[in-house]
Amino acid sequence: MEIKAVIEQQPKKKNVFGKIDIRAYTMIGALIAIWIFFGMLNETFLSARNLSNLFTQMSVTAILAIGMVLVIVAGHIDLSVGSIVGLTGGVAAILSNWMGMPTSVVILCTLLAGALVGLVQGWLVAYRAIPAFIVTLGGMMIFRGALMGITKSTTIPIFDAQFIALGSAYFTDVFGIILAAMAVVALFVSTFRKRKSRQQYGFTVSPLPFELTKLFVISALILVFVVTMNSYKGIPFPIIFVIALALIFSFIATKTTFGRHVYAIGGNVEAARLSGINIQLHTMMLFVFTGLLSAIAALVLTARLSSATISAGQMYELDAIAACVIGGTSLMGGSGTIIGAIIGAMVMTSLDNGMSLLGMETFWQYIVKGSILILAVWIDIASRKRKTN
Amino acid sequence: MPDPYFQHDTTGVKRMYALEMINITKEFLGVKALDRVSFKVKKGEIHALCGENGAGKSTLMKVLSGLYPTGTYDGEIRIDGKPVSFRNIVDAEQAGIAIIHQELALVKEMTVGENIFLGREPRKFGVIQWDQLYYEAETWLKKVGLTISPQTKIHSLGIGQQQLVEIAKALAKQANILILDEPTAALTESEVEILMGILEQLRAQGVACIYISHKMPEVFRLADSITVLRDGKSIVTLSRAETNEDEVVALMVGRELTERYPYVKKTLGHVVLEVKNYSVWHKEKPMKINDSIHITVRAGEIVGIAGLMGAGRTELAMSLFGAYEGKAEGQVWLEGKQVHIRSVQDAIRSGIALVTEDRKRLGLILGMDVKTNTTLASLKNISRLQVINQNEELKWSQKYVDELKTKTASLETAVGTLSGGNQQKVVLAKWLMAKPKLLILDEPTRGIDVGAKYEIYHLMNKLAKEGVAIMMISSELPEILGMSDRIYVMREGRIVKQLSHDEATQENIMMAATGGE
Repeated sequence: MEIKAVIEQQPKKKNVFGKIDIRAYTMIGALIAIWIFFGMLNETFLSARNLSNLFTQMSVTAILAIGMVLVIVAGHIDLSVGSIVGLTGGVAAILSNWMGMPTSVVILCTLLAGALVGLVQGWLVAYRAIPAFIVTLGGMMIFRGALMGITKSTTIPIFDAQFIALGSAYFTDVFGIILAAMAVVALFVSTFRKRKSRQQYGFTVSPLPFELTKLFVISALILVFVVTMNSYKGIPFPIIFVIALALIFSFIATKTTFGRHVYAIGGNVEAARLSGINIQLHTMMLFVFTGLLSAIAALVLTARLSSATISAGQMYELDAIAACVIGGTSLMGGSGTIIGAIIGAMVMTSLDNGMSLLGMETFWQYIVKGSILILAVWIDIASRKRKTN
Repeated sequence: MPDPYFQHDTTGVKRMYALEMINITKEFLGVKALDRVSFKVKKGEIHALCGENGAGKSTLMKVLSGLYPTGTYDGEIRIDGKPVSFRNIVDAEQAGIAIIHQELALVKEMTVGENIFLGREPRKFGVIQWDQLYYEAETWLKKVGLTISPQTKIHSLGIGQQQLVEIAKALAKQANILILDEPTAALTESEVEILMGILEQLRAQGVACIYISHKMPEVFRLADSITVLRDGKSIVTLSRAETNEDEVVALMVGRELTERYPYVKKTLGHVVLEVKNYSVWHKEKPMKINDSIHITVRAGEIVGIAGLMGAGRTELAMSLFGAYEGKAEGQVWLEGKQVHIRSVQDAIRSGIALVTEDRKRLGLILGMDVKTNTTLASLKNISRLQVINQNEELKWSQKYVDELKTKTASLETAVGTLSGGNQQKVVLAKWLMAKPKLLILDEPTRGIDVGAKYEIYHLMNKLAKEGVAIMMISSELPEILGMSDRIYVMREGRIVKQLSHDEATQENIMMAATGGE
């Protein structure tokens, strides 16, 4: 006779402050600790100029990590994103430089190319059941090879000023302030609409003073960010891409049926299938998303470097995976957040940036980054174990 | 002074017990799976162990084979009269016990020879002696009537041949005590003949065989003695000569119906499900798992599907739900319209819901919370333009938590932390929310506590009253008898009997399910 262990549920203490994601706060805490550490060792680290650089540097990794989170949550992996960045960057440079296409056409065709390679890989993974590791490992080599082929292994410079602006322009101070004001208003409106709607359904809401404090803290952070950026050259253009994409994909992940289904697939694929979820279609779409996001990252990177090279994007897939994992995404699938991955990307970039400022030798930088990655997961696993015991 | 290790059998010859298990008690968290079970097997005897699903046969064999190490149970095991204690499977094997599992435990990518000697490869200085291994493997294969090369990979063999390899592997261990757990489930007629021959040979060589089977004809053909287990207790040991199939079946099910089932007579509506001449093919092999099935279920009716494990009931349910990989033939009609269900999505759209037998593996996403699991199959109903209305989600999941009295700390509690009964309620909530016309329940109360069981029975009655057609697969006979308006009995992929609520008894269901006379 099989008797299942009966686990008595622990009565959870209702937190007066509502739901607080402890993991997210720990990660933010770790990030701040890293910043203070580098800030103390080298005062230029926390200067407006360096922070502005840091945000620009992290944008490519962050954009890739956004797509990677969902793929990992569904229980797959995408090793090809770095090569897709290289390939689509090459496509963009060829269209812009060799063929003299206007920026809008370049953007459109580049995004299309990214989505297309993602579609092919996704189809192979989802409908032909080839492991994603293999498909994307193959893709990593194929796309790199294709890049060398189409660019004849040369570096293609970009002259189109509009295109270059995508990666290296700044918003003017006034526009930055307007953006900040809009963000704050949107934040307040959405919070209060949500409260009202919950009250209409008769659900409890967090106490108003707590909610207001939270709103004011976030608003203040937005303001500090904009003012800091404005004291240098303004908000860097690529950061807006990151923020917009993070918002869109967070919405997809948490508020839509698609996102819910992706988490369900990663949590238990058999149960998801028996709940009527179309596993194959969802899986394929995830790879379309990573392809598309890689193309966006490629536009930003190519514009920032104002050229496409055959080594562009090399090893970026590993940075993106590391960012996800540091940000709390489980490689077993089923859990992970976009915001976590963004913070993970920030941690990785801060380490890069800080160690370079300190003049540490490259070999040390690799060793430290690798150790931090392992350490982060170690702590995560240890804390989860403690929780279940 | 009488020697406890010897007894006089009918011929008056002293024969030693190869195995004695005395007063074995095994508890799982306060529930007794085995309650002072005693079980003795003589040398050179085939001893059948009979009992319903869940009677404790497998648990007893797990104790014997060292899977449950000494200390996790009470009681004593003696081999050849000497007390033994097994810390693990290796200890048991060294004491001469070999088990042939119901589920095949062979490594598919390895050769027959490698499997036969897995973990016991003949070696010299740590180097495997392949020639010796394959030579010896071949002799063992001959003993079980297999003429295949020992270098054949397992995956290229049929299930029956694999079963025979498994037997050869057990023989190669030169066991004195051989346990066979439902060995003929996957064998063809001629392979069963070979197995019977081998067992008779082993008996002559003095090996003690423990033969677990549901199939009465086999038991009565082979066994010298029969021990019946019921509800974790050893009821009786009989010699074959002094009993018959009827008596054994009666002893297997013999408990009084002390549990009460809230059966109510229902007014039946129109036919909801009609399955005509339906066959399901195995997903890999050219064999039918279900053959020419005819089933009807009316609105407001609870139809029970009885049968032994492996009778093909779960496969039928999965196939009707569009979730079985094997091909299906025949017709399925829902509310007078013929339907072609090719996927789970099709099934849900046509109003079919399936509560699977294995809720942890197939029913729930354990890491997700109560509300997400509840709404997973009906997100469409609470979303607009793919965006989930999370307030609606809370409202609906709260409604089902209240209705089913699910005990959970909050809607945000991960279902993996709930008890079995409450987990099952979450699965039920998921399918109630999908508003099915036909609800298929596969072992709906397996492994859950009595209180939750009754709540589920009441829920079934309530749903039937609301006009839902319910098809319930269950291996618990009292449950089938207590809840069903009509009962189909399945054996080996076919419907062999149909009984009304009033006609059905434990005995006539068991008789039909085991293929006894």
